[in-house]
Formats: sequence, C-alpha cells, structure tokens
Amino acid sequence: MLDDFFIRALIAGVGLAITVGPLGCFVVWRRMAYFGDTMAHSALLGVALSLLLDLNLMVSVFLVAAMVSLLLLALQKRGGLSTDALLGILSHSSLSIGLVIVAFMTWVRIDLVGFLFGDILAVSEADIDLVWGGGILVLMALVMLWRPLLASTVNPEIAEAEGLNPERSRLLFMLLMALVIAIAMKIVGILLITSLLIIPAATARRFAASPEIMAVFASLIGAVSVVGGLFGSLHFDTPSGPSIVVAALVIFVLSLLPIGKRGREGTPFSPPGGHH
Amino acid sequence: MSEIDARLQTAPLPGPVAPRATPARSPGAALVTLREVGIRRSGRWLVRGVDFSVSRGEIVTLIGPNGSGKSTTAKTAIGVLKPDEGRVEKAGGLKVGYVPQKLAIDWTLPLTVERLMTLTGPLKSAEIAEALSSTGILHLARAEVQHLSGGEFQRALLARAIARRPDLLVLDEPVQGVDFSGEIALYDLIKTIRDRTGCGILLISHDLHVVMAETDTVICLNGHVCCRGTPQAVSQSPEYQRLFGVKAAQTLAVYNHDHDHTHLPDGRVLHADGSLTDHCHPEDGHHAGDHHPGSHHPGSHPPGSDRAQDTAAAAHVHDENCGCGHSQVRLKRLEPGKRDRA
Repeated sequence: MLDDFFIRALIAGVGLAITVGPLGCFVVWRRMAYFGDTMAHSALLGVALSLLLDLNLMVSVFLVAAMVSLLLLALQKRGGLSTDALLGILSHSSLSIGLVIVAFMTWVRIDLVGFLFGDILAVSEADIDLVWGGGILVLMALVMLWRPLLASTVNPEIAEAEGLNPERSRLLFMLLMALVIAIAMKIVGILLITSLLIIPAATARRFAASPEIMAVFASLIGAVSVVGGLFGSLHFDTPSGPSIVVAALVIFVLSLLPIGKRGREGTPFSPPGGHH
Repeated sequence: MSEIDARLQTAPLPGPVAPRATPARSPGAALVTLREVGIRRSGRWLVRGVDFSVSRGEIVTLIGPNGSGKSTTAKTAIGVLKPDEGRVEKAGGLKVGYVPQKLAIDWTLPLTVERLMTLTGPLKSAEIAEALSSTGILHLARAEVQHLSGGEFQRALLARAIARRPDLLVLDEPVQGVDFSGEIALYDLIKTIRDRTGCGILLISHDLHVVMAETDTVICLNGHVCCRGTPQAVSQSPEYQRLFGVKAAQTLAVYNHDHDHTHLPDGRVLHADGSLTDHCHPEDGHHAGDHHPGSHHPGSHPPGSDRAQDTAAAAHVHDENCGCGHSQVRLKRLEPGKRDRA
C-alpha cells in the first residue's frame, strides 16, 4: 500500500504539471526560458521577505516575482542593456539578496535545500487545495487569454493592429507565471520550476499539430513525469524533485528517438536511384 | 479611364470629411487620417509632418527609399506606434487587417496555415477556404507555416489579413519574395478585394518606382511626404505597355520621381545645394520638373507641351512650397521607357 504522504504528493504533483503545461508552451514559444528562471530565482527573495515581514509565504513569493517581471518590463522600455543581460542581473541579484537577508536573520533557520529543490513529500491537504484551486484559476485565465496571447506571441504588431492589446496579454501572462511559481516552489523548488515548464513543452512539440494540442500534450507529459519521478524516487530512494525532472528528461530523450517518427520527416526515405 | 478618373484624388488633404465618429462602414468615409504626424526615436525624427488619409475604397501606396519611414508611417496609421507629434484619427469601429513587413514564427510553435487564419479572430471554415483559394494556397491549408517558401508565406499572411474582412487593409511589402507573375496575380487580387469589399488599402511598395496601377494615390516618403499623385497615366502609356506587356501594364505602373536630398548614414540630410541638416523638413521637396498643385487629370495635359512630355511619366503633384532644386539623386528603374519618350 502507498502511504498517505505519497498519495498527496502524487495529487499535488499531477495538478501542478497540468497547470504548468500550457504556460510552459508559451515560455518556449516566446523564448522566455531564462525569464522563467529569473522569476523563479527571485522567489528566494520572496521567502526572505516573508520571514522578515511575517507575510504569508506564497503571497510574498508571488509579489516579489511579479515585481521582478514588472521591473524587467520597465528596464526593457528604457533600452540600453539587452534583455539577456538584464535577466542575468535580476536573476542572480534577487537570489543573492534573498540569501543575504536570510543570513542577517540569525534567529531563523530555514531549510534552504527544501526551497531550492522542493519537498513534494511534505505537502499537506491544504497545499493540495492550493495547487488545484490555483491551477484551475490559472488555466481558466489562460483559456480566456488564449487568443490575444497567442496572437501577440506570433506577432505583437498584428495583435496590436487588430485590436488585441499585446501589452495587456504580456502583463497578465507574467502575473500568471508569478502565481505558478508561488504555487510550484514548495513542490519542485526554485531551481527546478523552469525545467517543469520547459521540458514537457519541448517534448510535446514533436507530437503536436496545433498550439492547443501542444498545450494539452505538455500537461499530460508533465503529469506522466511527475508520476514516473515520484515512483522512481520511492524505488531508488532518490530526492523527489530532481527525480521528477529526470523522468521528464527521460521522456524527452525517448521522444527524440526515431521510433514511430511522424510529421516533420514523414516522407519515407527513398534510396538513390530507387525510383524509376 | 473615366471610372479611374472619378477616383483620382490628388489633393494633399481629404478635406473636412473625416470626423472622428464616422462609422468605418459608411461609403467614401475616411478610415484613417494622419495629421502632421511625427515619430521620434533617440532624438531623431524618423518621419515628420506626414499628412494623408485612406478612405473606403481607396488604395494608397507608400513608396520611398530605405529608411524613409514607410513602415513607421504604416504602423502609426494602425496604432502600433504612437505619434510623438500630430495625431491619428480613426473611424469608429475600424477593423484592420495587417500584413507586417517581417514575421518570423518560432519553430517550436506548431502552426498550420489554417490555424494562422484564425489568429486574431474566429472565422468560418468556408471563409478560410475562400481566402486561401483566392491567394492560391488552398492546397497548403494543412502545411506548417515554417515550411512555406517566402512567397507562399506572404500569400498566407495576405490570406489571413483579408479573411477577416477588414475595413482597412494595411500591407507592408505584401509581394516581397513573390515571383513576377505571382506579384501581378496578387496585385490583381488586392484590386479585386477592394472592388468587392470596398475596403481601404494602405500598401507599401517594395520597389521605389513600380507601384500597383490601381493605386489612387501614391505617396512618396523621405522622412516626410515628398510628393503625391496618381500612377495611372504612366501605366496607360504605350511605351510602358511595350516594355512590360499589356497584362503587366494593367497591374503595375511606374512612378517617376527624383529626390533633391539624400539621407546620410548618420541620419543627417544632404540637400541639393550642398547644405547639411539634422533631418529633413516637411517643406523639402524632392524632384525636378513639373509643379501642378490641384491637377486632377495628370494624363490630360495638352499634347506637345514640354510639360506634358514629362507629366506622362511623372503624374504627381508636388508638395506646395517646394521650390526645390534639381535632382541630385536619381534612383531610377525603367530608364529605357523614359528615354524612349525623351
């Protein structure tokens, strides 16, 4: 029989994977992997501030991640440094400021490894409610935002010209990302959130014929990764967060194998001179 | 010819027929009006003093050398860029269809031609099929856009823009990468769309001197409006038809014009008299020769007059207060046609 904590981990992990699948697709399409990383890293600053100011942890992480994304928007508008360099600055400085603040608070001891790599086996029923409640909220928002967000991903100028307000889509997308990071931090940890966003989406690309199908596949592949990773961690006694990422990676690598390959290189290979 | 003449509009301004609240559907109404629009970036004016409008059923073509602000002007007209001076007036409820100059779709985004059609709004499958077959790519409906050739992709973008039945179609170099016969076919299609739906069309030509013959107004930009006019007379000329064939002459026209100043790589402007300025001015003109403010029938000048000889080729009206010198920069194609006439 499986223990209760393991069942809770499965339920929370699958809920999270389903939530991040479609968001991860947009992260891949919009080439925002590093941006996701930056927001995730800033979560540690959120943790530090929540301890310092006695705020709710999730609220604090959400606020800091949202602030960092707004700061990035402002800095991009100002021009000068490339987005890449700005992200590098924001990412590591927010992480470091978080660590420095924690070091000043000699009266608290935090489980740094838990925040960096997550502790899915410690999720409570309240956490499950949060993951599924927040997940449904995020997915509903994404469904409503789908057309303008996809249009502005393809080309913000077309979206603007045809009345779909790409700026608003982008802002709302960033807020959704901040929300997902706040939810996901406890489960896969700050350093591994981006992998759960990107690896299932990248895997889904090969099998998807439309953006919508790719989003659904990314959710499913993420869910399979969570289940596989958790059972793997149980079997091999490995840390659960990294095991989930390894499982996702295994599926990605399998998807690269030319078994049952279809679509892109769908035409059968004909040897030279083989047709007359 | 009389039908074309009826549409001729060579006056630089549309007059007071463009109140902001005009519904975009009423016939002949100005869809978008730019008034003394300027766009400034990093302390330099990309365009300034741009002043024109596009009405229902009208085809306006923007031409000009590289960096003359064609795309900037088009983007300002549809609200992608906000003017730093002047203003843009749009008809109420204006529905725009836009084909940008450049569009790269990341390989990671699985997007078929069919799915691209409904990017910004829902469409019935019959509407999608109609738009795709009118641009000649119905057979590519299920192809991924990343696998299309440049010309096919342009057709897909055009199909997407027309499928939503816009009031105003803005096409930034819509025939780039399309072969010559395809170019003529697409220009025919653009004309057909205008005739059938009565939408206004703002077209940016990728060629400095060749424009669609059905164009009602050609606007030459060079950081400002250099000149404007109609290309009809040229496409009707026998020399042109000999050069390009009758079919091409029905579709394309030469718009002859010369520039009296050059935009230097550092952004400054070298004028015909040798002087340098930081940017060009709205009152800068651009070419040698004729001056016909208010001329509505550029092709109907008395034959034999020196001026008519020139006018046949350069059927356009100058900016007022031009007073510019003679051309220093002659960027010219189709020299043979011109020489034949001279």
